[in-house]
Amino acid sequence: MSTMVALAGNPNSGKTTLFNTLTGARQHVGNYPGVTVERKEGRYIENGLTLTLIDLPGMYSLTAYSMEELVARDFLVQEKPQAVVNIVDAANLERNLYLSIQFMELGMPICIALNMVDAAQKHGIEIDSEKLSKLLNVPVVPTVARNGRGKTELMAAAKRMIVANKPTVPLIISYGEDIDQAIADMEAEIAVSSATFHYPHRWLAIKFLETDPQILEHCEGQDPALFARLDSIAKRVTRHIADTLATYPEAVIADHRYGYIRSIIKQGVVVHHQELDQNRLFITDRIDSIVTNRFVGPLIMIAVIMALYQFTFTYSKVPMAWVENLFDGLSGFADSALSDGMLKSLIISGVIDGVGGVMGFVPLIVFMFLGISVLEDTGYLARVAFMFDRVFRSFGLHGSSVMPFIVSGGIAGGCAVPGVMAARTLKSRRERLATLLTAPFMNCGAKLPVFALLVAAFFAENEARVMLIITMVSWGGALLSAKLLRSTVIKGESTPFIMELPPYRLPTFRGLLMHTWERTRQYVKKAGTVILGISIILWALMTFPGLPETQQQMFEQQRETVMTAAPRGLKEQLGAIDSQEAEAALKYSIAGKIGTAMESVSQLAGFDWRTNIALVGGFAAKEVVVSTLGTAYSLGKVDPEETASLAETLANDPAWNPVVALSLMIFTIFYAPCFVTVVCIAREAGSWKWGAFSIIFNTALAFGLSVLVYQIGSTGIFGV
Amino acid sequence: MYKLSLRQMQKNQSGVIEAVRASGEMGKRIRDMGLVPGTTIKIQGRAPLYDPVAIRIMGFTLTMRNNEADYIDVRVEEQP
Repeated sequence: MSTMVALAGNPNSGKTTLFNTLTGARQHVGNYPGVTVERKEGRYIENGLTLTLIDLPGMYSLTAYSMEELVARDFLVQEKPQAVVNIVDAANLERNLYLSIQFMELGMPICIALNMVDAAQKHGIEIDSEKLSKLLNVPVVPTVARNGRGKTELMAAAKRMIVANKPTVPLIISYGEDIDQAIADMEAEIAVSSATFHYPHRWLAIKFLETDPQILEHCEGQDPALFARLDSIAKRVTRHIADTLATYPEAVIADHRYGYIRSIIKQGVVVHHQELDQNRLFITDRIDSIVTNRFVGPLIMIAVIMALYQFTFTYSKVPMAWVENLFDGLSGFADSALSDGMLKSLIISGVIDGVGGVMGFVPLIVFMFLGISVLEDTGYLARVAFMFDRVFRSFGLHGSSVMPFIVSGGIAGGCAVPGVMAARTLKSRRERLATLLTAPFMNCGAKLPVFALLVAAFFAENEARVMLIITMVSWGGALLSAKLLRSTVIKGESTPFIMELPPYRLPTFRGLLMHTWERTRQYVKKAGTVILGISIILWALMTFPGLPETQQQMFEQQRETVMTAAPRGLKEQLGAIDSQEAEAALKYSIAGKIGTAMESVSQLAGFDWRTNIALVGGFAAKEVVVSTLGTAYSLGKVDPEETASLAETLANDPAWNPVVALSLMIFTIFYAPCFVTVVCIAREAGSWKWGAFSIIFNTALAFGLSVLVYQIGSTGIFGV
Repeated sequence: MYKLSLRQMQKNQSGVIEAVRASGEMGKRIRDMGLVPGTTIKIQGRAPLYDPVAIRIMGFTLTMRNNEADYIDVRVEEQP
């Protein structure tokens, strides 16, 4: 086994930058088993020294409420790294040490990286690292992660700790007479218990008093009798503290920890240069006074969001065209190289289109993550959440939900795949889930051809108005269903919004690239394979079982008749027969049979079998609705960008009218996301259950709304 | 000297935390950020819809919603 060193620290302390500086490209990103928290592992190699570094999720303390905190703590306790490099923001020493001393209480072998000493210095904060090291009795190494200053010394210090292999003595802090007594009593109880724990007894007692949910559960599971005895001690001291101090044991414990930190800092560890100290956070404050200003702030934010949107969806068009051309070329090659038949159809429509479908999203994902990473690393994203929170919170969401909504198509034309992935910036579990499930209601670029077709056919005079209504319906629907979900299936208190507004920083180019590369790689590797599989299944649904022999012969005969009888307009007539055959084959396929079977139900919303098949096809990608409708109406292959002939057919078809069109538009907004999005939802939510939920819930909701629109609309109330 | 809830403080007003009346996850998140009795804070500003609030503490800025600020009592020099 190689030597393992954990990197731990507060969010925004420069931990990830340090990790990147230390490991370079020698990184591996995976997931902790069973949860969506990332596990980043890397290798540090220098002068014959090889260390395995684990970048733990950022955390503020060791009492675990979030999944990230739980994972980080479990890792430290169970995998016992030989050293823990604790990254501490030098400009924020007091709060950062709150975590450090908890590591020391747990008895972890820590080594402090006093990071961003240059920024602290600029702000007039001078830290005597040697004195701090002596007072805490742990190594302290000043570092600047951005440029690698101090990294060799830091790793050398970690190495010395590992080699010396001195058993660490847990730090003991006095929490005042009452609590100290309770801890002593609890320790005695734990010591005589037969249960075995991974944790030091004193630490366990402290966590018990801090009402750490995981520790309480763990204790109860291990030894219910012990739990009862500890609980009665805890209850006694809790009551006593409530009576005498009108507070909670956990509050008293926190006070004493901060008191301990202050007593250390006061011994000349930090020197403030007053004249410079005035400037501290000066630039950040100046920027904030503008960008979070009541009037200018929202305007700037709209501009920034529009810029991100432009960046993601405009600039990605060029590489997307490359990808498309590449796969068109491959299709063309396969078309000419293979003989007609099932294999050719599978390779072109199943495999090449499937892989092309997976790869087609890559430019979007790259650009979106690049854009979002810039906003996140500079600190602006936290301000966006700050400004939007009041609105989104009313619907059970979070200020940070805004980005996934916008990218998914909050401004019509986005894409739910990168949109769903953008929900990663949300740290609160319930709010993230609600965002994942409702962001696909936004009008992504693939839904637009469907709307365009229907508007051209039935609402040509009111195009702008209908598009505006569509946008409003999707926003309203998304927010209201978020509210519905948050008060039913994802019920629960909203996660506290207590978060840092980090000082504005320039992102490092390397950090941005590594972040984007990693996300894209994961998408291709993890989501890609599933997506390819599903696209083959969909191909099969629309292809098999194929027309029976007798019907094939019938079309063949028609062709022969045409060829012998009509020398003029031969091509058109043959084309028409091909289209009719395609329609017949589609109706005869499994998808067609599903569509026909569903007709009796779907009539409630005004949809016939043709629309049903198109909607099944739309599960592959929403714009497929248009091309499948084309096939179902014997128009041959319809290009989603060129729908004039199809629009005309629909406008003249007696089965269609504006109410049916409205109903279909509503259905298109709300029904099951395309399966690429479903796969991404399942991956981001950490369970296929939520992927399945989004298919069923969305389709049910869409159907309900469409029936409503169709039934009410058919009474003529809308005047259409 | 006056005592009031953090929610009631005005922009740019400073004060010293007197008590944090929250337990569980809320209490932990508040204390993790260094919001403990004796700490000096200053109201940095409020979001466009007056909620959440931005607070300057020990040289960094943090935000919380008004209903979370309700848990924190602050001692201020003068009545706002």
